[in-house]
Amino acid sequence: MAREQKIKVTVNGRAYEKTVPVRLSLADFLREHLHLTGTHLGCEQGVCGACTISMNGRSARSCLTLAVQTDGADIVTIEGLRAEDGTRHPMQQLFLENFALQCGYCTPGFLITAIELLRDNPNPTEHEVREAISGNLCRCSGYQAIVDAILAAACEELA
Amino acid sequence: MKPAWFDYYAPRELDEALHILGDAGQDGRVLAGGQSLMPMLNLRILSPAVVVDINRIEALNRLNAGTDGLTVGALVRHADLLRNSDVREGWPLLAEATTQVAHMAIRNRGTVCGSVSHNDPSAEHPSVLVTMGGTVVVAGLAGRRELPAEAFFTGMLSNALESGEMVVELRYPRQPAGTGAAFVEFARRLGDFAIAGAAAMLTMRDGVCERARLTIVGMGEGPFRVRAVEEMLTAQTLGRKESQQAFAEAAAKVVAAVDPADDVHASSSYRRHLAGVMAVQALETALARAGGQHVG
Repeated sequence: MAREQKIKVTVNGRAYEKTVPVRLSLADFLREHLHLTGTHLGCEQGVCGACTISMNGRSARSCLTLAVQTDGADIVTIEGLRAEDGTRHPMQQLFLENFALQCGYCTPGFLITAIELLRDNPNPTEHEVREAISGNLCRCSGYQAIVDAILAAACEELA
Repeated sequence: MKPAWFDYYAPRELDEALHILGDAGQDGRVLAGGQSLMPMLNLRILSPAVVVDINRIEALNRLNAGTDGLTVGALVRHADLLRNSDVREGWPLLAEATTQVAHMAIRNRGTVCGSVSHNDPSAEHPSVLVTMGGTVVVAGLAGRRELPAEAFFTGMLSNALESGEMVVELRYPRQPAGTGAAFVEFARRLGDFAIAGAAAMLTMRDGVCERARLTIVGMGEGPFRVRAVEEMLTAQTLGRKESQQAFAEAAAKVVAAVDPADDVHASSSYRRHLAGVMAVQALETALARAGGQHVG
């Protein structure tokens, strides 16, 4: 049985064809094979949410997904949020304006989660925001500024 | 590289998957949503020689609400249930419990059948299946078997699967008319593993309880059905006053029946107390939803 397999995967709009070990996680594939180091690894067991990416339009833990499982998939990481001209995604801009990050380690996972929340529920209550981000851990700044940023993004989108 | 080496297969047909699993025997593991298996592989708690990824078997991605019941195939994710209006309307206990499963990113990937197979003591789905009197359909090279939920769960992280078998489908009957149900759990943080929880289902007719189901979550052994409470409530009139007394008695029976161990999250006595509190909350809400007395 081959311990490596070839995969075709789209990451941030770019098509890749790579041969990967079958036990390689998607997180390590993104970081070490594609050098997209914006996806961070905290716990590597699905608890902290730092490695959250979007797979076929849905948030997923890249530490709990194998790279081989992404054959044919469409992946978006933090590097894919900026527009082509370098403009920040509105959610990134509002995280910045609301001081919603300190060390920034957890931020990529929060952004992917927050963007999915507003896509599913454009006008969330504060409780719904807190519930949506309950799977992402921040250990330095606390959650209030993050909640503020997401609520501000909801207001902006509705305006 | 975190997991130990394994041979990886991603068949497109169930038969092929069953052959690979049959050959692998105890060394084989099914990978569906991966939200329980992958952490165990990363931590090397498990190191199976063969991993059979079933995500490309389209036939297992079946969610069907019929007149007689709900069928949930092995690739149906928690999030699929939440997005389905038939499930929300026809199987409200299942829907309510699923909102409490972990977090959004986990619900997007994790499967209902996977949660049932894994049988974590604090998981929601095993207790819901038991409370609703559901069925687990398992398949292996020798054919299919249908097991009542209670026969499937055999203790902490254990189930009745034989070597080479896998869960292919769950079936949930429709709840009888006049039924109210509720799922409640308590965790330190939203979406965390519950310290304790309860699933209750009451079928009422003219103020009398015809049928009662109560299952406690988080006591260390998977779903814990409290028959003493079910028997006590059956045929009882549950008006405001009677129900208060009956549910207080139910809590005492729950506290006497469960036997959780101490762990880092909660002492045995706290967990036991919480089981009683959760039971009362679930029963009160179920009764209100059955059209009985209002909560409080």
